[in-house]
Amino acid sequence: MKQRGLFNRFTFFCLAVISTILLAGCDAQYFVLDPKGPVAETQYRLIILSVILCTIVIIPVLAILIYIVWRYRDKPDNKAPYMPDWDDSKVLEIVWWGIPIVIIGILGYFTVRDTYALAKPPVSDAKPITIQVTSLDWKWLFQYPDQNIATVNYVEIPTGVPINFQLTSDAPMNSFWIPQLGGQEYTMPGMAMQLWLQADQPGEYYGTGANFSGRDFAHMRFQVVAKPQSEFNEWVDQVKQTAPSMSKADYDKLAEPGQSEEMTFSSFPADLFDEVVNKNGGQYMEHHQMGDDSKDTESDSDGMDHEMMDHEHMNHDMSGQKAE
Amino acid sequence: MLESIKEFASTFFVTGDPLIYGADVSIALTSLAILFVLTYYKKWGWLWREWLTTVDHKKIGIMYLIASLLMLFRGGVDALLMRAQLALPGVEFLHAEHYNEIFTTHGTIMIFFMAMPMMFALFNIVVPLQIGARDVAYPFLNAVSFWLFMMGAMLFNISFVIGGSPNAGWLSYPPLSEMSHNPGPGQNFYIWGIQISGIGSLATGINFLVTILKMRAPGMKLMKMPLFSWSVLSSSIMIIFAFPILTVTLALLFIDRYFGAHFFTMTQGGNPMMYVNLIWMWGHPEVYILVIPAFGVFSEIVATFSKKRIFGYKSMVFSMMIISVMSFFTWVHHFFTMGAGADVNAFFAVSTMAIGIPTGVKIFNWLFTMFRGRIQMKTPMLWTIAFVPCFVIGGATGVMLAVAPADYQYHNSYFLIAHFHQVIIGGVVFGYLAGIYYWWPKMFGFSLNEKLGKWAFWFWNIGFYVCFMPQYALGFMGMTRRVYTYGWDLGWAPLNIISSIGALLMGIGFIFQVWQISYSIKHGERDKTGDPWNARTLEWSIPSPAPLYNFAIVPEVKGQDAWWIMKEEMKNGEEPKKAELEPIHMPKNSGIPFIMSVFWFIAGFGFTFTWTWMGVVGLIGVGLCLFARSFQYDTDYYIPVDEVKRTEASLGRVV
Repeated sequence: MKQRGLFNRFTFFCLAVISTILLAGCDAQYFVLDPKGPVAETQYRLIILSVILCTIVIIPVLAILIYIVWRYRDKPDNKAPYMPDWDDSKVLEIVWWGIPIVIIGILGYFTVRDTYALAKPPVSDAKPITIQVTSLDWKWLFQYPDQNIATVNYVEIPTGVPINFQLTSDAPMNSFWIPQLGGQEYTMPGMAMQLWLQADQPGEYYGTGANFSGRDFAHMRFQVVAKPQSEFNEWVDQVKQTAPSMSKADYDKLAEPGQSEEMTFSSFPADLFDEVVNKNGGQYMEHHQMGDDSKDTESDSDGMDHEMMDHEHMNHDMSGQKAE
Repeated sequence: MLESIKEFASTFFVTGDPLIYGADVSIALTSLAILFVLTYYKKWGWLWREWLTTVDHKKIGIMYLIASLLMLFRGGVDALLMRAQLALPGVEFLHAEHYNEIFTTHGTIMIFFMAMPMMFALFNIVVPLQIGARDVAYPFLNAVSFWLFMMGAMLFNISFVIGGSPNAGWLSYPPLSEMSHNPGPGQNFYIWGIQISGIGSLATGINFLVTILKMRAPGMKLMKMPLFSWSVLSSSIMIIFAFPILTVTLALLFIDRYFGAHFFTMTQGGNPMMYVNLIWMWGHPEVYILVIPAFGVFSEIVATFSKKRIFGYKSMVFSMMIISVMSFFTWVHHFFTMGAGADVNAFFAVSTMAIGIPTGVKIFNWLFTMFRGRIQMKTPMLWTIAFVPCFVIGGATGVMLAVAPADYQYHNSYFLIAHFHQVIIGGVVFGYLAGIYYWWPKMFGFSLNEKLGKWAFWFWNIGFYVCFMPQYALGFMGMTRRVYTYGWDLGWAPLNIISSIGALLMGIGFIFQVWQISYSIKHGERDKTGDPWNARTLEWSIPSPAPLYNFAIVPEVKGQDAWWIMKEEMKNGEEPKKAELEPIHMPKNSGIPFIMSVFWFIAGFGFTFTWTWMGVVGLIGVGLCLFARSFQYDTDYYIPVDEVKRTEASLGRVV
């Protein structure tokens, strides 16, 4: 028991140190808990809900544990009841099978609801724009098919507009993550995955590769700059006028293993994204036609047709695989 | 000629890092010291007769235990190296490639070569004694399993100094683990190390399933069996279904690498996602394979040290069995972000949450076993009590991770790292350590020092929370796993240095345990009764350490907690029934398991370096061993009654 007191004091000391450091380090940013877009917002609400539901279980369990360990300790003068053969209680068993079932039921309901909700683009009046993302060894290439510009290791987006990120990789699998805008999704060779994100406020956001992909993985960070549509348009115009264009040779050079600075291009080879997908195995996927993608994305814009979700992609991909 | 030898050596041996040279020297010195001691004290014959050729489950268990503690040391050093590198931003202690190798070997060693053998140590030491058997169902196969594990572990570990370590993560996702991105032998070491030991694991699963189903003492119905044995049964069933998946997956990866096939390549129709699915179809059951026996350990300890029957026995059995089934239907939660679509993610999110229900029920049953009991704070019980909050929090973060849309934010971040370390250390490691403390007197005939044990316990526990609680926060701050360095700009530094201090505290805890063991070997309290804890199950009814044949007379089981019932009867003055001694049928020792495993090692080493001739030689050796064994007819013998009587008398027992 003496040690227990010691432990409590030590924990308290540790907590004190931790909180001091937390308060002192004002540059500490809890990105996941500071959502700046509807997708991250939904995920944040689920996180809070799950924390609350879990706390409802954790706190009583810990309280019961402490109470029992203290009350039934093996001391000669302990007057608590001792019932060595008591080992069954239907009522208690029903209670603790029941409580978790109810809690999981509640959490499960919201999980399933939001899982389906997030497969659709965020609700918005604005017409979505498409950005094609390619993870390379060890850098990020962003192509804007509608604007016909490209960037490396940073991406600018208009605020209030759903962004249809199409993700692939021309290197081992990575994962595309902008915590303040929403959760990550894998970038996989030979696949074009779809991730809807949206920024509601202008600002600079932290983006990173999240799935280990080799030597310089730790350096695969990128800046996300969200600005109002008008400023975004200005930026696009400026890029078109000032930046160099990207040739196929430029891309091949970019794709070579190594790190890269931020780069900007006023144009890129037509169909580069599709070629990269196909080159890495996309051509084996039966129904995988990138042309359809853009069509579907357009039809998404009228808010009527959200058929082209990433799970559809996968289903097609898998059936294509079986047909091999 | 000299030039070519030089060139060979420079690629064959890992060079260039002072850490490696230091390791080279210490490995060479340790090996020389061992050779010297064995030769000087003329112990080679003893080593061969008593240990290398043994088929005794108790000795095999002890060898598993020693190996797993060594691997815990190796994996722990890896962890400390990583925490040193991450303690502050921009530390240049390890460069990227070295760091990648270290996190790969850390994960691989901790799961395959630390947790698995520590679990098998408990299986071997406890199960036959607990069910009143004289050995496992297939003692020879048991020795084969151990030596396959040992050779696989050695093969994996030499990659540190020869050829280079694997560096594609502990599950080696392709295409990073394919020839295109990883042409060296490192990845082959990974494949062959795990393959060879994996065959052993599968055989152990079969062995213990049969042992438990067929070799229980008369009267021990399944529903009267101790819960640890139930947990082993559940775990064995999972091993039998899960490990073949692992073997096939790694075999396909090897075929890709060796014969240039395209199962998991990016091009030519390969599909890396298939690997990710397959490896987790094994990988998720694997964590339950590991944790269920820990649950079994807690069930034994909590009843013994509360001096009370386990609460809700049927519920405990049912929840373990249902977990073993459900564990095969949750694997996709390891990669929700692969974007398999809302239908798939919704299914696996709910199935993952659902598996938390039976797990939660077990927690309540342990709590109410203590309720109205008398709780003794001995080391095994301390670990058990510490397990409860740790696992409850770890389980809760697991439920949080199961929320598929939220997982898009946690995935691959330090939140995930903190979660799985909390359930694996808090559940598996705490459980096995508790089990080792609990059964230590039964293994070796003396108890471990309580005082040093408590120091170790507090260092481990405080260290654990200091190390891993900050990592949850780091996950929310966007820190991803497997980064070898980071900058000052994101405010990750303070929490990382705290985490590194915690890792160090756990390291100190381990040192205390080593001290505790070495101290207790000399000064530990000898166990003359065979029942130092006043325990409840059959293993405590026989002397410590158990004689070769375990039970001179096979006991008659009258109910749950068979030994407790016998003790109650003796207290009431009932004389135990006298039974006549009979000659005891035992298996003979054999050198074949060891020799065959050495040939497996040779084969694995050959294929690792793509020296096909050597691989073939090894496989031929394996074949010859199997052939030789199938013509061995003289594999068993009887211990005569006289000898049993003499042994029992020397242990202070009258038969």
